[in-house]
Amino acid sequence: MSEPAEPPIPDGLLLRIYRVAVLTRAVDHQLWLLSRQGRAGFVLTARGHEVAQIASAAAMRRGHDSAWCYYRDMGVGIALGVTPYEILLGGLARGADPHSGARQLTMHLSSPSLRIGSISSAIAAHIPHAVGAAYAARVRGEDSVAMCWFGDGAASEGATHEAMNLAGVHRLPVVFLCENNRLAISVPLALQMPVERVSDRASAYAMPGESVDGTDAEAVFTATRAAVERARGGGGPSLLELRVPRITPHSSQDDDAYRSAEQRAAAAAADPLPRLRETLIERGMLAVDEDERMVREAREQVVADEDLALAMPEPLPERARRWLYAGDPPHGGVTLPARYANWTGVFDG
Amino acid sequence: MADPQAGRTMVQVLHDTLRAEMLRDPAVVVMGQDVGIKGGVFKVTDGLHAEFGPMRVLDTPISEIVIAGAAIGAAMMGLRPVAEFQFADYMHAAYDQIVNQAATMRWRSVGAWSVPVVFRAPSGGGVHGGVYHSQSIEALYGHIPGLRVVVPATPRDAGGLLRAAIRDDDPVVFFEHKALYRRHREIVADDAEVVPLGVARLDREGGDVSVITYGMGVHLAREAADRCAADGIATEILDLRTLSPFDREAVARTVARTGKVLLVHEANRTMGPAAEIAAFIAEELFTDLDGPILRIGAADCHLPYNGPEETAILPDAARVEEALRRLAAH
Ligand SMILES: Cc1ncc(C[n+]2csc(CCOP(=O)(O)OP(=O)(O)O)c2C)c(N)n1
Ligand SMILES: [Mg+2]
Repeated sequence: MSEPAEPPIPDGLLLRIYRVAVLTRAVDHQLWLLSRQGRAGFVLTARGHEVAQIASAAAMRRGHDSAWCYYRDMGVGIALGVTPYEILLGGLARGADPHSGARQLTMHLSSPSLRIGSISSAIAAHIPHAVGAAYAARVRGEDSVAMCWFGDGAASEGATHEAMNLAGVHRLPVVFLCENNRLAISVPLALQMPVERVSDRASAYAMPGESVDGTDAEAVFTATRAAVERARGGGGPSLLELRVPRITPHSSQDDDAYRSAEQRAAAAAADPLPRLRETLIERGMLAVDEDERMVREAREQVVADEDLALAMPEPLPERARRWLYAGDPPHGGVTLPARYANWTGVFDG
Repeated sequence: MADPQAGRTMVQVLHDTLRAEMLRDPAVVVMGQDVGIKGGVFKVTDGLHAEFGPMRVLDTPISEIVIAGAAIGAAMMGLRPVAEFQFADYMHAAYDQIVNQAATMRWRSVGAWSVPVVFRAPSGGGVHGGVYHSQSIEALYGHIPGLRVVVPATPRDAGGLLRAAIRDDDPVVFFEHKALYRRHREIVADDAEVVPLGVARLDREGGDVSVITYGMGVHLAREAADRCAADGIATEILDLRTLSPFDREAVARTVARTGKVLLVHEANRTMGPAAEIAAFIAEELFTDLDGPILRIGAADCHLPYNGPEETAILPDAARVEEALRRLAAH
């Protein structure tokens, strides 16, 4: 008996993943620049993780499935339709940032309309929230799936075990996605866990566990789609390990001195963007000049967003204690530049 | 159930309130250890599992972090979870979720997310429960912006406050003194009463001395006040009911009436809730005072299983009486 054939990857999806990855990289680049200029604080970056993030988010039903992310998940956010403008508003500490009003550090997204839970700096604290969201879907009879991204470092937290265990007991519709870059700031994987693969843990929660090359967009999308469909169909949770390089230091405050030059070079060489670009060009889905234009336009778009964000005011100090409790007037949200009127991230087109 | 004329215990009223709220709103769910099949170790959720099913009354593993954390995530997706911790003493494991997550969620999302969760836990000593079944930890939560902290003293208030807590759009930490679960019966005529959070209750009027307290302290104060009344000392008892926010106007009214204040709680004295209320009175109501602000709390110690040491540490009516007489003589 042969395995049922994997349904094909939707037409144009790889190119859409690439386009969002290019845009994410451009935002990332701009935030590092701003931080070196002293205009943006703490920068947390997705570099090296983008393709894994975007290709896995592409398997969701946007706005229906919930997303529980961590600070490195810029690719997830942009894939779901968060705009570079919003991320820059946050990074530049502008009050109009709709995610946290710039109360939180860069890249701490939050969007009830996109069903992106508020990102917390506290490692792994969101993993129980994802399980709670999946439980709520069960109670309410909705077929929504909770998607939960976290790092290899987060896999060591007690919250992670408790959450996966409860999800396993009730076969809740959750997809756990571990972005394994083999580092928790400086601590290497071997000092974090006695197993080689985070996905080995899955058997303890009676869920399928799979380790995937996180720089391979097709492999990530296919594995995630299977896990999402399993969850939606009542087949319970899954644990996917997405093996990714961390190309930058942990953050703008980190010197990366604990890695050798060779290790850093190896991470840079594993960059998923050139790999995806080559695949697209090889298959005739992208022309070289088209790619150059896409990269240039992404840069221009981000710089234009930065100019707009810089023109926005800082929060008023009188606002500091607002929204501690229910009953305050709403934040009012953000007015997006016109180019984002119909923007739906990786679901665009 | 029990004969309504005989009144109901705090456990019964809590149970009836949970059940009524679950009937009223399908978003209300209960989760915790042994809350389902067993109906809770104190029977607060008795029968709810059979009535509402195993998903709305969720028996969880012994996982305090995910009890709190899943309640938060579920609340963000539209449910109104009542998360039960078997004992307040074990709630510390969930502190990060309650303090770093539930309490910050609305603020850090500039009002976009709500976390309407009630975190319930039996607390309090005097039951030979030892250090892990006796703690009064309300001060740990009173310090945290974004939370409300509630401690009922009577069956009727327990029901009315729980109803308000479930309907509140913010996270509420709700402590029930386990020694009060079955001690008193009260006829609760209005089964739909909502006791607003943040509003104190004048338990007893009296013009000489004010006791400002909550939870078990109310009962210590009543006993002490009865004994003092024989000597013509009229004690006013203010039951705060909600600690965060506490009812500043009610405190101001009683201080204005008597000018003499005794603060009582079972929580440890040092940095206890009384310290904050005393500071408020000293800062804002100084000119109303006719004597020192006195405080009674536990003796800054863990609670033992054995009786003599436990009695030595916990406040009792005799100590409250002594302080009342001291203040009255002032
Ligand atoms: C509970 C907690 N402990 C410590 C930290 C400090 N911290 C921030 S990021 C980080 C490393 C996380 O590593 P990992 O989960 O692998 O994510 P990565 O940054 O590698 O993507 C640490 C220790 C924190 N934010 N939260
Ligand atoms: Mg890591």
